[in-house]
Amino acid sequence: MQDGYTTADGRKIGGVVMEMKNITLRFGGVVAIENISFDIREGEIRAIIGPNGAGKSSMLNVISGFYIPSEGEVWYRGEKRPQMRPYKVAQQGIARTFQNIALFEGMSVLDNVMTGRLGHMKSGLFAQALWKGKAEAEEVVNREVAEKVIDFLEIQHIRKTPVGRLPYGLKKRVELARALAAEPKLLLLDEPMAGMNVEEKEDMSRFILDVNDEFGTTITLIEHDMGVVMDLSDRVVVMDYGKKIGDGTPDEVRNNQQVIDAYLGVSND
Amino acid sequence: MFYREAGDFKTSYEQDNQTFPIKFDRYRYYVVLAIAFLVVPFVINDYWANAILLPFLIYAIASIGLNILVGYAGQVSLGTGGFMAVGAYACYKLMTAMPEVSMFIHVLIAGGITAGVCVIFGLPSLRIKGFYLAVATLAAQFFLVWLFNRVPWFYNYSASGQISAPERDVFGILITGPNAPAWATYMFSLIFLTFCALVARNLTRGTIGRSWMAIRDMDIAAEIIGVNPLKAKLTAFAVSGFFIGISGALFFSVYLGAVEVGEAFGISKSFLVLFMVIIGGLGSIFGSFAGAAFLVLLPVVLKVVGVDVLGWPTDIVAHFQLVIVGALIIVFLIMEPHGLAQLWRVAKEKLRLWPFPH
Repeated sequence: MQDGYTTADGRKIGGVVMEMKNITLRFGGVVAIENISFDIREGEIRAIIGPNGAGKSSMLNVISGFYIPSEGEVWYRGEKRPQMRPYKVAQQGIARTFQNIALFEGMSVLDNVMTGRLGHMKSGLFAQALWKGKAEAEEVVNREVAEKVIDFLEIQHIRKTPVGRLPYGLKKRVELARALAAEPKLLLLDEPMAGMNVEEKEDMSRFILDVNDEFGTTITLIEHDMGVVMDLSDRVVVMDYGKKIGDGTPDEVRNNQQVIDAYLGVSND
Repeated sequence: MFYREAGDFKTSYEQDNQTFPIKFDRYRYYVVLAIAFLVVPFVINDYWANAILLPFLIYAIASIGLNILVGYAGQVSLGTGGFMAVGAYACYKLMTAMPEVSMFIHVLIAGGITAGVCVIFGLPSLRIKGFYLAVATLAAQFFLVWLFNRVPWFYNYSASGQISAPERDVFGILITGPNAPAWATYMFSLIFLTFCALVARNLTRGTIGRSWMAIRDMDIAAEIIGVNPLKAKLTAFAVSGFFIGISGALFFSVYLGAVEVGEAFGISKSFLVLFMVIIGGLGSIFGSFAGAAFLVLLPVVLKVVGVDVLGWPTDIVAHFQLVIVGALIIVFLIMEPHGLAQLWRVAKEKLRLWPFPH
């Protein structure tokens, strides 16, 4: 498996991008994640599922550097990642969205998307104070990338609208746009379809597949809608009470007895 | 009716990033600049300069500075008076130590020194926010005033403990001291205000401004997106301190001429500038101008109406002013937290379609 594999629909999946090795995360006496290992391969859509409180979001927070694991190692692109602040992780090409939308409400959609480009904009304080010249040129170059993303996600009509005025479904899309604008190698989506109706879910699924397809972005997502997860993802990690109880293709996971038990419950006799 | 953006197309991102993307706004801005630079200096007299224009220009610089910190970066500060004092004393020390250097450079260096001091007092912002940060900056306010009162080196061991600006000229024209002509002091302050407003606008429309606003709106998300919170917060303190220092230097050297630190840069000054920012509009450069104009004009208008027109005693009018300012702050906080700038924005949106709203 080291060289990757080919998916059912014929996409080539590359080598390991990110590997979680024996991650344990404790908050005081509470064990949120217990000794979990799994890998994320280049170009795949990797899902993390599990019942409420299983530790899925904590896992995503570990990947994005927001939580520091109590034990275990995070390997990113063949190197062990040292402890680093979340903004450094972002600069390494990992972008994410949040379960409860975390947009900058006071800014316009365009400005929100442009914040995703921060890591690519290097002009200093004095260049920006002058504006004309370097800062403006850089702004234009990055604006073009941001506009591409805005086009891609079909939110052109609201680019100048303050985010606070948008409905929920659009906010989710803007958040995805902000993450995409960073041109990430690895995109983490925390419940991208939570609270959406069927049509919005279909739109969002299409965007996720398109992102993976067109930009070759590796995607890791958490989702509760099993239909969506099984359709979208190439491989699934199943968590329950902080432990990994299953890992494999959607079909394998679906037939895993432990997974069925976790979701449906086990009778006690 | 007179406000149209239809047919005003942008064909490049440069055009879309302009300060005034709408033609009408742009022309109005040029007209205002032309009047400020070419007309006002010829008609100005001492009363207008000292009662209205100079305080307006100087407070506008201070409130732009504070607006960057509070309105854009979301870091509450009650230390404005203290930081203005740093600018004033830095300017004083520079003026007396190096009389031959141009005042422009002194004021800029005073701003730079204040920026440094502001960064030091901004360090707690990395750990605390909101009210707690406000209290920390309040400590800066009291400490700095105490420092300038207690250490004689700062006021060159003068017997009164005051600092007073020696006469200095720029290109042969006096701009400090009692004999400086009104138009010269006005022009000197106006140049700095224009410079500060342009720099503030440039910073807030670009990357740095966006990282400030990201920190303000949601600091955790900002960090995960790649904003370095340390850098964003400290640059906000530095830029804000730079502007506040410039305004303090001008306030002392050009406007007052002689300063007793507790009186001129006390806690009430911090609140005055904060009120300007709140009434004018948090997170808006135009709001800084509006707030400064409002709070500078209010006492003058009240005095004219109360004392000259209605014939009330001066002290009653002075007390009325406190009541009105207090009431206005409450009204603004409840009704329109984004201040005069937001009212202006709403008015513009309404005027776009008026008188044919469909």
